Amino acid sequence: MQYLLLIYENEKRFATGYDEGEMKEYMAFGEEYKKAIQGGNALQPTATASTVRVRDGKRLTTDGPFAETKEQLGGYYLVEASNLDDAIEMAGKIPGARFGSIEVRPIMTF
Amino acid sequence: MSDLECVFRTEWGRILSALISALGDFDLAEEALQEAFSSAVIEWAKGAPRNPRAWLYAAAKHKAIDTIRRRASFAEKQSELVVQEESRPNTTTKLEEDSTVPDERLRLIFTCCHPALPAEAQVALTLRTLCGLTTEEIARAFLLPTPTIAQRLVRAKNKIRKAAIPYRVPSAPDVPERLAVVMAVVYLVFNEGYAAALGDALVRHELCAEAIRLTRLLRTLLAVPEPELDALLALMLLHDSRRSARVSPTGELILLSDQDRTHWNQEQIDEGCALVQSIFQTGPIGPYAIEAAIAALHAKATRAEETDWKQICALYGRLFVLHRSPVVALNHAVAKSMAEGPEAALPLVDALESSLGDYHLWHATRADLLRRLGRTAEAIAAYRRALELTHNAVEQRFLNRRLAELANR
Repeated sequence: MQYLLLIYENEKRFATGYDEGEMKEYMAFGEEYKKAIQGGNALQPTATASTVRVRDGKRLTTDGPFAETKEQLGGYYLVEASNLDDAIEMAGKIPGARFGSIEVRPIMTF
Repeated sequence: MSDLECVFRTEWGRILSALISALGDFDLAEEALQEAFSSAVIEWAKGAPRNPRAWLYAAAKHKAIDTIRRRASFAEKQSELVVQEESRPNTTTKLEEDSTVPDERLRLIFTCCHPALPAEAQVALTLRTLCGLTTEEIARAFLLPTPTIAQRLVRAKNKIRKAAIPYRVPSAPDVPERLAVVMAVVYLVFNEGYAAALGDALVRHELCAEAIRLTRLLRTLLAVPEPELDALLALMLLHDSRRSARVSPTGELILLSDQDRTHWNQEQIDEGCALVQSIFQTGPIGPYAIEAAIAALHAKATRAEETDWKQICALYGRLFVLHRSPVVALNHAVAKSMAEGPEAALPLVDALESSLGDYHLWHATRADLLRRLGRTAEAIAAYRRALELTHNAVEQRFLNRRLAELANR
């Protein structure tokens, strides 16, 4: 079995950077489970998010992570794209974009 | 306006667009261009250079390169890390030799109006970068505190950087979606300047002028003609043609039917009408084209009584098919009341209560129909409700005037 572990917390805590002690804890976690961990990333804050929907064959991009509360996370792709427009184009081609919404969040680089 | 101010107005956006392209950084480009203009105040005192644009571009690039070097050496002192100037042009000589200034304003406008940015940030960023309005000027024009606008600009630039919004003209299949956003931004700028006649009238009129200027610029920059863009230009020219007739010398709002039509700007009307005519000959007809055609019918009537309300009513009906909004439906009802009488329009207006019940113009429209039908008591109640819902001082005075007239009946 594979599981996706999603980290939810108040992003305001990271507004001025990451706590060094906590970073060490994350590294220790990574070390402890390095055989189990297939991948993982920190995300840029929600202010950098965009949402892509496709309705009636038309793609609609909006700012923000505004997935509707009646929509639940159902899967994810981690993709390499040269810029946001290319990521949006890929997002618009995911079948789920026609029924729900695809949130496009840049990955944090340290 | 001094020579330098003139250059600032006409050149800021163009030079900045080229700097952002060369430096890959909005903030760095903006700071450098600001500094270049500051130096120009002193350097040009003896006489302006032959090519002010090239002078400013070169000066700004030098300043930006100085900044990059300063930051690099600062970073080196801070740590032993080797600083990489990855995305930045690394050969300064190449920059210095390049004397022509490329026009990258189309890239700039599409980036500022990227759909991943919030609408209010799109507007602020467009006015700041393309039009060269200062943060204070934007704040004054939108009647908002300066820090609010400053924060919007900072957040927008952060998102451009962190989410990697590309500095480019979108690829052909994406142009319709993206151009629609650009046009919405331009129209928002125009309406902000046009709708509210209160506040600093001069700055607010400047927004209308900027919106028209941006649209003209877009038309020259786009490779393929876009009928809706022509229509947007026509629409703004026709509305703006009535500017000096809309408000009395004492600051009262004057309704279209009561305006002195000899004060309308005939040159703008002619240009707007010619655009509308050519769009309707070639098509396709989009929402802006229909709105422009309605404005053209108003502009063509030399007296209010000569207005072709039948055709206006038909055009609103057509607009509603393309754009099913309750506000369009309200305008359709108003046109119907003029074409067929208030009794034909009142049921249409009443039917919109659930969606427009909190909108002051819905109450004002209803009040007007009731007044024309002689239902005075109901009209007074509706005018009072409209008055409660508007914060615009000019509109408040107008509604109070109507109430006073009814009370004297």
